Amino acid sequence: MLYREAGDFKVSYQADQQTFPIRFDRLFFWALLASAYFVVPFFINDYWANAVLLPFLIYGVASIGLNILTGYCGQVSLGSGGFMAVGAYTCYKMMTAFPDLNLAFCILAGGVTTAIVGIMFGLPSLRIKGFYLAVVTLAAQFFLVWMFNKVPWFYNYSATGMISSPERTMFGYAITGPNATPAATYLFCLTFLVVLAFLGRNLTRGSVGRKWMAIRDMDIAAEIIGVNPLMAKITAFGVSSFYVGVAGAMIFSVYLGAVEVTEAFGIQKSFLLLFMIIIGGLGSILGSLVGAAFMVLMPVLLKNIMVNSFGWAIDIAAHFEFIIIGGLIVFFLIVEPHGLAQLWRIIKEKMRLWPFPH
Amino acid sequence: MTVSQDAAVQETITPDGRTIGGVLMEMRNITLRFGGVVAIEDISFDIRQGEIRAIIGPNGAGKSSMLNVINGFYHPQDGEVWYKGAIRGPMRPHQIAAQGIARTFQNIALFHGMSTLDNIMTGRLTHMKTGMLSQSVWFGRAQREETENRAFAERIIDFLEIQSIRKTPVGRLPYGLQKRVELGRALAAEPSLLLLDEPMAGMNVEEKEDMSRFILDVNDEFGTTIALIEHDMGVVMDLADRVVVMDYGRKIGDGSPEEVRNNKAVIDAYLGVSSD
Ligand SMILES: Nc1ncnc2c1ncn2[C@@H]1O[C@H](COP(=O)(O)OP(=O)(O)O)[C@@H](O)[C@H]1O
Ligand SMILES: [Mg+2]
Repeated sequence: MLYREAGDFKVSYQADQQTFPIRFDRLFFWALLASAYFVVPFFINDYWANAVLLPFLIYGVASIGLNILTGYCGQVSLGSGGFMAVGAYTCYKMMTAFPDLNLAFCILAGGVTTAIVGIMFGLPSLRIKGFYLAVVTLAAQFFLVWMFNKVPWFYNYSATGMISSPERTMFGYAITGPNATPAATYLFCLTFLVVLAFLGRNLTRGSVGRKWMAIRDMDIAAEIIGVNPLMAKITAFGVSSFYVGVAGAMIFSVYLGAVEVTEAFGIQKSFLLLFMIIIGGLGSILGSLVGAAFMVLMPVLLKNIMVNSFGWAIDIAAHFEFIIIGGLIVFFLIVEPHGLAQLWRIIKEKMRLWPFPH
Repeated sequence: MTVSQDAAVQETITPDGRTIGGVLMEMRNITLRFGGVVAIEDISFDIRQGEIRAIIGPNGAGKSSMLNVINGFYHPQDGEVWYKGAIRGPMRPHQIAAQGIARTFQNIALFHGMSTLDNIMTGRLTHMKTGMLSQSVWFGRAQREETENRAFAERIIDFLEIQSIRKTPVGRLPYGLQKRVELGRALAAEPSLLLLDEPMAGMNVEEKEDMSRFILDVNDEFGTTIALIEHDMGVVMDLADRVVVMDYGRKIGDGSPEEVRNNKAVIDAYLGVSSD
């Protein structure tokens, strides 16, 4: 057995609080990160970047964001698509109004604006809960998409109503626009994901995260032990929307390059993100990433298997995809609300004590 | 009311050698109504520094409501709450928690998605002040704060003898242990005043003995003032320094366990109402 925790005792609280308390996990993580930076860029091509890697990295950011709100703080949101649009349009307005501004800054500005909008739509969460809050966020979704469609100022009065991203560079490499290489865009998005995942993990493992979880698990008891519900919910909406907004800005500027709001940020995107965190695992940063990877990879895989190997028609394959996703969601909601992340944890628990489970 | 003001000046030594100080909290003429239901009617009593104060009475007497008034969850229509020598204005429960009042609930109110350790660490929130920015960076202040508070949480875990369930999700624990973890979460706040709502309800004899021991030890070792609601008269006689007796929202007795036990009104109230 290579993989085990038994015999791996912690001698300090600090060691016990690590993200990867098990040495094997830690090594694996660093190896993965190193190859993500130093190996993948040399092999990446357009297909891998656009079909798999960029969507995974960007949706990874968004799904961490939604997981902070829904998985950690227990506030359901169906407005993620609309919030991503806020990030995208802020980024677009910044890029076009200030051509000299650094791209990373425009994307972060998208996150900050989305955080503010998110907090505004989150304020009702102080009074209303569950289903009713979901309806408010759903209204936000439709309102925001409608607004970006109807107010020409947002798309700079372009004839098509679309926004498209001009070329911007980082360290001399084009990140947006037609000259961007897959390696450059990949590294750019990877860095955003790594930094934001790190920050998200830190927020959720300390006292802020416990405040959110306390509100999620039992808001009355939380308040009585000293959690300010207003602050806890507002920070959750703010941080979560920041992540979602950054992801929206990246989808627009780096990944798609040109977007039409209804298509790129419609209600289906809100659901996609929800599926990611349900399948990956509510209340887990790792789960958010696993869920994003799963939802990005599965259609690609299924299409490869069903269309290319079995020779099925594309539309039949698409139907199968829906059936499989639907089935999985029902499965995870009923059997394992903590998703793939929890399944993995259970397997680890079994494995680490093997062959003597007691 | 006047009685308690007298009490403020004197210090008492209990038969078992503990020092009871001045008045920590005083309820003056509290009235609490829910629509037509009068849950608490014109009740005054005080809680003195370092004592174990019991509130007893039949079901529906208004005992839990009284704790809810003390920690700001219910707002009485009438009356004043004095705490640490000052009258308390309208406050939210989380502000009152920050003033050093912690509690457990009649129906366990743990955070079910979290482990024992995380529940207890959540109880320390009022002592954790690092802002979100330092937290998101983690290394440095946030980590130091986490480690310091973890050390405190571990002391509570040792004290309550729950080391083996440190990482267990609380939802998986048996009832008695959940009650103990909830006590741990309240203790983590290092409260000046600890409110316990039926800490032994539903426990077997052995669990009750354990819990009684913990309550006495908390009071003895940390000097924590405790107000507790309990049905079991035997337990109350063993633990409490003074007892308030409530019935139908009114106070029908107040004094040492012996005085209360021999009080005519109390005996009448308990006649037919089994004090299991
Ligand atoms: N939130 C509430 N809304 C309406 N009535 C309440 C509420 N809380 C308590 N009561 C009423 O107040 C009375 C006292 O209840 P409670 O304080 O729980 O009694 P005890 O803890 O002594 O059994 C009961 O009649 C109860 O129905
Ligand atoms: Mg009660």
